[in-house]
Amino acid sequence: MDEGTGGVNSVSGAVDWFADPANWEGPNGVPTRMSEHLLLTGTSLVIAIMIAIPLASWLGHIGRGGVLAVNLTNVGRAVPTFAVLALLGVAIGSAVLGPYGRAGLPTLIALVLFALPPLVTNTYVGVREVDRDLVEAARGMGMSGWEIFRRLELPLALPLVLTGIRLALVQVWATATIAALVAGPGLGRIIVSGFAFQDQSEVLAGALLVGVMALVLELAMGYVQRRSDPLRAVRRVTRPVTPRAVEM
Amino acid sequence: MTSGAAASGPSCLRDNAWLCWKYVETRQDRLVEATTEHVVITLTAVGLGILVAVPLALLARRYRRTETLVLGASTALYTIPSLALFSLLLPYLGLTTTTVVIGLALYSLTILVRNLLAGLAGVPSDVKEAAHGMGYGSGRLLVKVEIPLALPTIMAGIRVATVSTVALTTVGAIVGFGGLGNLLNESIRTRFKPEILTASVICVLLAVSLDLLLLGAQKLLTPWTRGRAA
Repeated sequence: MDEGTGGVNSVSGAVDWFADPANWEGPNGVPTRMSEHLLLTGTSLVIAIMIAIPLASWLGHIGRGGVLAVNLTNVGRAVPTFAVLALLGVAIGSAVLGPYGRAGLPTLIALVLFALPPLVTNTYVGVREVDRDLVEAARGMGMSGWEIFRRLELPLALPLVLTGIRLALVQVWATATIAALVAGPGLGRIIVSGFAFQDQSEVLAGALLVGVMALVLELAMGYVQRRSDPLRAVRRVTRPVTPRAVEM
Repeated sequence: MTSGAAASGPSCLRDNAWLCWKYVETRQDRLVEATTEHVVITLTAVGLGILVAVPLALLARRYRRTETLVLGASTALYTIPSLALFSLLLPYLGLTTTTVVIGLALYSLTILVRNLLAGLAGVPSDVKEAAHGMGYGSGRLLVKVEIPLALPTIMAGIRVATVSTVALTTVGAIVGFGGLGNLLNESIRTRFKPEILTASVICVLLAVSLDLLLLGAQKLLTPWTRGRAA
């Protein structure tokens, strides 16, 4: 691969790559890789949501397991996705799993594992941080534990839960890309094959596909998130100017 | 290849067992070399991130419009998967360590700028007013009052950035400079189990030890927070 041939050449090379119809068909074509990637991301996100949100909101409701729930994100940060993909890939093998493609099973498991921490932490904190006075008032009004959870804690926790889903989505999309390094499926394969054939245009085209789709998904989630905040009218007035710090 | 023999002794290498101390003994040089590259890449990236984050945060704090821009741009960058980001930098920086270091520094920037801004915003305004009243100019105020008080939040950002950079460095293997990630990359092809497990474990240990080191540094730098329960 040429080193430092300048960005302009590669960008026009990537444009040519996109224009070549051969790159849009067959098992290595953009549509196949894109659908593998989206399918992997969607499936693992749904599985992770079904595990994490009930568990974490129950823990938040009864106020137990906070240390674990909050620290799970820190643990997730310290464990390299590449290492987990490599471990699972070699342990489980890279058999084709239906529409998920080669090494579908180890990839799916790794994606679910890395989607869990942001979901658990944000859901737990969201439910836990609901104003205790409100919970007391609801109890005084005769609401049962389930009603308090269903009608008070869950709606108020929703913005943070959605933040968790957004973070999990970004994480899963990135991890699904790295799966290609372990012979896995998805759009990362285009990048990896570009490296293998020393084709810089293909590398760049793959990277653009992955990056642009990541931004599109992030923007879409951001939109959903803003629309579903039950307090958005209030927040618009008192919106904090500075962002929340990332905490350990 | 795996005959299910005991995971010790010289045979564990031949049997390709996950746990194999013989591997660690015989490939020490390789492990040390990869770990050193890993640490150097991580520290250079975070160091560079800090150098860029401080002026950016100060600029963003000064002008409201730049704040939205800086935060928006760094969040967008953070969304782009590492494998794609390294590949996007490739045409400009080539198959070099620089590609990996710059990519990782860009990621750490998101966390660092965010926490710098949050930390500085958290300094109580009456403290700043008191310092003003004592004749502190804005430069001295920043160095002597604001940064020390914001230090816990800033250090939290540096810790998060460092821990995630250790993990992300492995992906640098795509351009041939991923520290322990290079070992992972090579042994996936050969399905060399002891190397995969050992490299993964060292990676996690590295993240944890750097985090503890930074925590220690934070305790030393902010003696006044001691005693206040965390």
